[in-house]
Amino acid sequence: MNQNAKVKELKVDTTAASAGPMNGADIFIESLKKENVEVMFGYPGGAVLPLYDALYKNPIRHILARHEQGAIHAAEGYARVSGKPGVVLATSGPGATNLVTGITDAMMDSLPLVVFTGQVATGVIGTDAFQEADVIGITMPITKHNYQVRDMNDLPRIVHEAFHIATTGRPGPVLIDIPKDIAGMIGEPEFVTEVDLPGYQPNFKPNSLQVKKLRGALAQAKKPVILAGAGVLHAKASKELLQFVEKMQIPVVNTLLGLGGFPANHPLFLGMGGMHGTNTANKALYETDLLINIGARFDDRLTGNLAHFAPSATVAHIDIDPAEIGKNVETHIPIVADARAALKKIMSLDFEAPKADEWRAKLQQDKVENPLWNTEDGEGISPQLLMKMIHEITEGDAIVTTDVGQHQMWTAQYYGFNKPDQWVTSGGLGTMGFGFPSAIGAQIAKPDKTVVAIAGDAGFQMTLQELGLVAELKLPVKIIVYNNMALGMVRQWQETFYEERYSQSLIPVQPDFVKLADSYGIRGYKVSTEEEAEKVLRETLTDNEPVLIDCRIKPKEMVYPMIAPGKGLHEMIGVKPQ
Amino acid sequence: MKRIVTATVFNQSGVLNRITGLFTRRQFNIESITVGATETEGVSKMTFVVHVEDARMVEQVLKQLNKQIDVLKVNDITDQAIVTRELALLKVMTTPQTRAEINVIIEPFRATIIDVAKDSVTIQVVGNFEKIEAMIELLRPYGIKEVARTGQTAIKRGSQRLVSESKPFSILN
Ligand SMILES: Cc1ncc(C[n+]2csc(CCOP(=O)(O)OP(=O)(O)O)c2C)c(N)n1
Ligand SMILES: [Mg+2]
Repeated sequence: MNQNAKVKELKVDTTAASAGPMNGADIFIESLKKENVEVMFGYPGGAVLPLYDALYKNPIRHILARHEQGAIHAAEGYARVSGKPGVVLATSGPGATNLVTGITDAMMDSLPLVVFTGQVATGVIGTDAFQEADVIGITMPITKHNYQVRDMNDLPRIVHEAFHIATTGRPGPVLIDIPKDIAGMIGEPEFVTEVDLPGYQPNFKPNSLQVKKLRGALAQAKKPVILAGAGVLHAKASKELLQFVEKMQIPVVNTLLGLGGFPANHPLFLGMGGMHGTNTANKALYETDLLINIGARFDDRLTGNLAHFAPSATVAHIDIDPAEIGKNVETHIPIVADARAALKKIMSLDFEAPKADEWRAKLQQDKVENPLWNTEDGEGISPQLLMKMIHEITEGDAIVTTDVGQHQMWTAQYYGFNKPDQWVTSGGLGTMGFGFPSAIGAQIAKPDKTVVAIAGDAGFQMTLQELGLVAELKLPVKIIVYNNMALGMVRQWQETFYEERYSQSLIPVQPDFVKLADSYGIRGYKVSTEEEAEKVLRETLTDNEPVLIDCRIKPKEMVYPMIAPGKGLHEMIGVKPQ
Repeated sequence: MKRIVTATVFNQSGVLNRITGLFTRRQFNIESITVGATETEGVSKMTFVVHVEDARMVEQVLKQLNKQIDVLKVNDITDQAIVTRELALLKVMTTPQTRAEINVIIEPFRATIIDVAKDSVTIQVVGNFEKIEAMIELLRPYGIKEVARTGQTAIKRGSQRLVSESKPFSILN
């Protein structure tokens, strides 16, 4: 009803650029410049023609994807590795609905995006006009917040609020729907430089009383473990985490999305937890008496059957989002705070290290007895070995993105992420088609880094149109297709739980990926043996050109170990045979 | 368990949609919602009656509501000193014989007849949930043709008795 229920006078930017009458589209561009937007990802259409015209006259770098889904996944990759918000622009109707998967993905994995969609003119909203879709209604449950601009004078305030909301607290996507006529209206709005959002006050500072409780619990603990999630990465807290761990000598488990927040080569690192985690990580989560969750959300793929999750533990949970605390797992020490602020506070106090020699020794022994393993027979390249090769050749320093499926799990298990912000994957939503376009965004954010996209043969076919973008921008993205001629993860589940009834999971026809790459002017290779793979990887991963490598991996290889659905952390199958 | 939760919200377009969508998506069971203006322009108050399994579920309801940008304040007022009221309109079948009886039944409820037709009367009653339920039960034998209820709205009493135990799920202390 009243978009302007605001009363407080906000500070205004009075520099030359904001003076004088402008139209809505120019205000849009000016607002983005004031947010220091360097690049946006988008696709034009009727309802955003005025915005694109303003962009033509007053440029901000714009990446023209070949599909809106490609644009938004690229924006996600950009946001994940740069820490800056990804900006997306699409037209009304189909342009906007093509963004839905990416918006949901960003919501689930807490990525800051500001998404602009065109809308039909205000006068015809609600009449089923050409290319009209109820984007506000559709995206309400999949955005942190959304806005439809009804008065052009609100535009600068809304844009400023959107960037603020997307990037603070628990990050997430914010959408702004701009009707076409708003873009053409002339006005003289004020560019506010403050926000007034009384309903949005994220809490950064940890509560002292709870921190003291944690200190008490640590002094008592005999089997402590830290579960570090993506919150550590979002808060840029990996240094503080490492200091805390080294001081207290507490073993660390990462979630899938938290990988890289703690160095994988550290002696106290137990590996990833959950469905395809290591035996040791899951054993630690099962047997612990003090579980310190830092920025993870106790997702069901991590916890397994909740009845068997950390059954005898005191649970402490540090999270910027109070709603995550106590949502899935009963929590005894709730600390609503930014992970970095919380760790700093903890380090500033005198904490007694837990007496956990026995515990560490036991876990160390389990690490030796039950490591990740793979079979060494069979036709084709070992996917695990391939990942180790990629690690070695890129010196563990590449930005690695993945699609969803077996190859994603092998990457998580075997790449060995030692540094933050080099790992980009779709965790919460599990979006096939994410890996390749997100690598494009990551490469745009970090032009000097080696960016490797690990793609499933099926997932790659969902967004491979973005090869056009790689060719156009000459981005040196390294596309490695883990080709098992199958929806491998589906096939694995059918083999394990459906008596090998491979219903619709084997792909009989594939494009010739080498010719496909060639048709875009990109080098393509097909490799079928480990020797060939190593040779091609060594030749191509370290240069400054894009490449696509079709790697024929063992088609029947399984991702192990595994916790079957409904089972507990202590019921891992496929652990290394003794 | 049944909880009464209030939320003060910015009266932005779509805010009701946001909140009902949230309830559906998170499988929170609502018995009723009322919405209306407050003493502050642009700010509305919502009252929800929700059915939840346990205290942790209530905590989730409150926290999820709080996460909405347009929500200013959320309170579970069930255990506070409050007044709750609901208005109901009931159309009850009548015959010349039963009309007087019905009058007698509704009198102690301080209900009023606001419309009379040949074979029915429409009764208006205001009260808390239990009072309205009780009156409906007494009128049921006469044949209730139609019921329209507003759902409960609530306000805290001017003076609160001291509630000593702090909320078990408070996260900020
Ligand atoms: C958009 C989408 N559709 C379906 C799925 C379900 N799914 C999960 S993994 C998988 C197979 C993926 O095959 P591929 O990309 O070849 O990877 P692989 O498991 O073989 O490594 C499927 C279909 C999904 N995650 N996302
Ligand atoms: Mg495959």
